[in-house]
Amino acid sequence: MFRLERRARTRRALAVTAALAVGAVCAFVVSMMLGSYVLGPGEVLRSVLGLSSDPADDFVVRELRLPRAATAVLVGLALGAAGSVFQRVLRNPLAAPDIIGISAGASTATVAGLVLFGAGGLGLSVAGLAGALATAAAVYLLAWRGGIADYRFVLVGVGVAVLLESVTGYLVSRAEISDARAAMTWLVGSVGMAGGGEIAGLAAGCAVVIPVLMALSRRLGVLELGAEGARGLGLRPQAETAVQLGCAVVLVALATAAAGPIAFVALMAGPIAGRLLGPAGDRVLASALVGSIIVQAADLVAQHVLPYPISTGIVTGLVGAPYIAWLLIRTDRQGVGA
Amino acid sequence: MSEHSLEVAGLTLGYDGADIVSGLSTDIPAGAITAIIGANASGKSTLLRGLSRLLAPRAGQVLLDGVPVHGMRSGDLARLLGLLPQSPVAPSSITVGDLVGRGRYPHQGWFRSWTPADDAAVDEALEATGTADLVSRRVADLSGGQRQRVWIAMALAQDTDILLLDEPTTFLDVNYQIEVLDLLVDLNRDRGKTIVMVLHELSLACRYADHLIAMKDGRIVTEGAPGEVVTAATVEEVFSLRCDVIADPRSGTPLVIPLGRHRLRSARE
Repeated sequence: MFRLERRARTRRALAVTAALAVGAVCAFVVSMMLGSYVLGPGEVLRSVLGLSSDPADDFVVRELRLPRAATAVLVGLALGAAGSVFQRVLRNPLAAPDIIGISAGASTATVAGLVLFGAGGLGLSVAGLAGALATAAAVYLLAWRGGIADYRFVLVGVGVAVLLESVTGYLVSRAEISDARAAMTWLVGSVGMAGGGEIAGLAAGCAVVIPVLMALSRRLGVLELGAEGARGLGLRPQAETAVQLGCAVVLVALATAAAGPIAFVALMAGPIAGRLLGPAGDRVLASALVGSIIVQAADLVAQHVLPYPISTGIVTGLVGAPYIAWLLIRTDRQGVGA
Repeated sequence: MSEHSLEVAGLTLGYDGADIVSGLSTDIPAGAITAIIGANASGKSTLLRGLSRLLAPRAGQVLLDGVPVHGMRSGDLARLLGLLPQSPVAPSSITVGDLVGRGRYPHQGWFRSWTPADDAAVDEALEATGTADLVSRRVADLSGGQRQRVWIAMALAQDTDILLLDEPTTFLDVNYQIEVLDLLVDLNRDRGKTIVMVLHELSLACRYADHLIAMKDGRIVTEGAPGEVVTAATVEEVFSLRCDVIADPRSGTPLVIPLGRHRLRSARE
């Protein structure tokens, strides 16, 4: 009885996850086909896999387009997985890292590095990572009252985000004009800025942390039952919360270091994945894939739809702002977030 | 039949300020239904939280088969002792089957996937609680009584010999209260589960429990079979309520008739 029910929804979840993976790969290939010099899918794939004999194709694909496309894939995977974990641990659809200050912490630290110390490359990545981790720790400690209540975490996080954004604004306003311009570009977020070091760091982070989160997903399902429910089932809720959020913060920090604080991806990916997946399947993986599709689609729009290219973060912002308004209205009407 | 002994020895519990429960000792009878009763702020829910390890003791111990529960590994305890909190929370879109399935967590290891034994346990829990038809429904869409039965199903899927419930009938309509209590008696009789629950409704506690623990100001006023310990004098002491206690004409258990200031025949005569 339950077995049949479970099998049916597991099949559906597998089909959905497979479809999302195919979608992410297609977007990856398409993004490398388009440009002033249009290539076919075969040429792109051959070149990526190192089977191409055409040096011109190789140059366009591997040198010009692959870094940007890979950054889009990885940033989406990282933000999607991290956002879904944050929302589920804190049981609030608004509790994405870009809303509760984690991305803001990475931004402030990066802008400070840029403006105050003239840092670049690896230095900026390290600054961003430190900023995100420090902010997460600060929010965790400020929200601590002998335990972590999810709503307090979210409220403290929103407050910290506003504080950090004003610090960032102050830093930009005091900066040299060229630094300020660079900072503003970075703050909007774009997958076209990452260097090899940032991409490699992000790829390594995704390869390690996403599987860890997938292995932890059954524990996340228990943690979702609240501190008392989790304890009753033999899980230590405080320690588990710290581990899950810690993993998610690393992903957010590495993604932000590579592409800036691309808005709303972490907020949107989890709920979309949950809707598509139904009650079974691995939400972490599906959210990562949805995030990857969102970022890639947004970057395709940013690059190719308008007569001149814009930053990826502008497109996600345009889609995300109405979404968050809808979420707030719905939350208000129901009394609780869904 | 549950053979596990649960014993409270000199337990002192509290939150931030003063002790709520102080130096309390009692034995929970194995294989029976125990109801903890008392007025608001008598410490009855606090005691249950102490039994289930939601609250660490300031002094004393809770002993499960002679072993202090606060020293046990979380997973080991969760296979022996299940808990239904007063206001359990679930993700809003979760389905009944998914929720009940999460009760299997203590029986699953890091990399062990879902097994036929897990399926069987979930099926049995759904069957026992009469929620099998609801398996693909969203928990949020159920009635209060259905939802409470689903939560009990989750606790059953956990497959523990001891089940602790914090006010399982609060917020339920009276027909659902009876339904839930009947279900708990079934579980006790058919599966020999030891059940400990905090209950508000005194006469229902008398009817459904084998053993009552009456608390006031964090200590036990009296404990024992309802027929022996529930008298007008103890009710007055525990609840500060004047009452008559008569035999329930349908069950023979004590029935508490509160004496207010109005609407009483004898008061007019």
